[in-house]
Amino acid sequence: MGSLKPVQETDGGSFLATRIDELVNWGRKNSLWPMPLGLSCCGIELMAMIGPKFDISRFGAEAARFSPRQCDLLVVAGTLTWKMATAARLIYDQMPEPKWVIAMGVCSSSGGMYDSYAVVQGVDSILPVDVYVPGCPPRPDAVIDAILKLQKKIEREHPLARLLGGTTLADERGSGQLTHQPNGAVPKTKFDLHPHDPRARR
Amino acid sequence: MGNAQTLERARAALGTLEHSVRDERDGLATLALSTATLGQALEALKTRAGFETPTLITAIDWLGTREPRFDVVHQLLSLAHNDRLRLVTPVAEDQRVPTATHLWPGAAYMERECYDMFGLVFEGHAGLKRLLMPEEYGWHPLRKDFPHQGIEPDRIYREWDRKRRAEWHPEEAR
Repeated sequence: MGSLKPVQETDGGSFLATRIDELVNWGRKNSLWPMPLGLSCCGIELMAMIGPKFDISRFGAEAARFSPRQCDLLVVAGTLTWKMATAARLIYDQMPEPKWVIAMGVCSSSGGMYDSYAVVQGVDSILPVDVYVPGCPPRPDAVIDAILKLQKKIEREHPLARLLGGTTLADERGSGQLTHQPNGAVPKTKFDLHPHDPRARR
Repeated sequence: MGNAQTLERARAALGTLEHSVRDERDGLATLALSTATLGQALEALKTRAGFETPTLITAIDWLGTREPRFDVVHQLLSLAHNDRLRLVTPVAEDQRVPTATHLWPGAAYMERECYDMFGLVFEGHAGLKRLLMPEEYGWHPLRKDFPHQGIEPDRIYREWDRKRRAEWHPEEAR
């Protein structure tokens, strides 16, 4: 629970003291709403992860919605083709901020075995990816691990500073710089910068 | 049900249409035709030899091996006689192939895929457009001179992305 600590007990009851950042992050990381973009066999493992045996609701991320407007976690599960890339990017654009992306499986991480004209060689060339999950397909527990890693990453964000730092909506729309190279590094975007970093301001 | 009977029935149906028998390594009864006779041959085989179903319509690219460059391959199945027949038609790059869609509506998809992958135009096909690749994609991926990693596979996405950004964030237009 981070630094959510009970401070003082009075006769009226108890209260907690924390930083707003921590409170917001605590709320966000424990109620991720995944948008399942099941493109191939990884989608089946994703369903298994949401189902009762692996039960992602233990980590608060079971509310999968099929409308991007209601989601904040895009799980790209499977082989993304260039023909589908426009649709995937549109889904990402339709998700409200803040939003995160998991590239599930080798196909979405790097193109995998599809070293081909039809397949996007890593979805990081069109989307800002937060966590990569290896495996073909990855086991559901590997994806749960990715969600836990994402929760750790959310803990380190500074939502209040971002708000007060005067970032505009255009700043918050996700990756502005796209890499073209197959297997290229994740682009450094305004979204990734600390809001006090002058490069993050417009 | 042997090949000899199949060929005999098929050749009887073809009558005076010009064709030749081919020896195929896999043992399937095979006839070689030309683009001029293919249309009539398909109709004759359907109506008179009982081949009700086209199971496969595809092409082979013989780039650098021989001229004309392509072979269009039709494989037909007769459910009544339980046998199959293959038709091989050499086609040059700029030549048109007669369609089979007026005989078998199901051939439309296979001919569209063939057009998409090899760039062969089927004469008389009502909706000949690409099946798998985006419509604006300028190349035909199963041709032998197409590199397997593709030619500008991301071009259409990039164009779309540039347009989208210019529309949504005009202040960032470069």
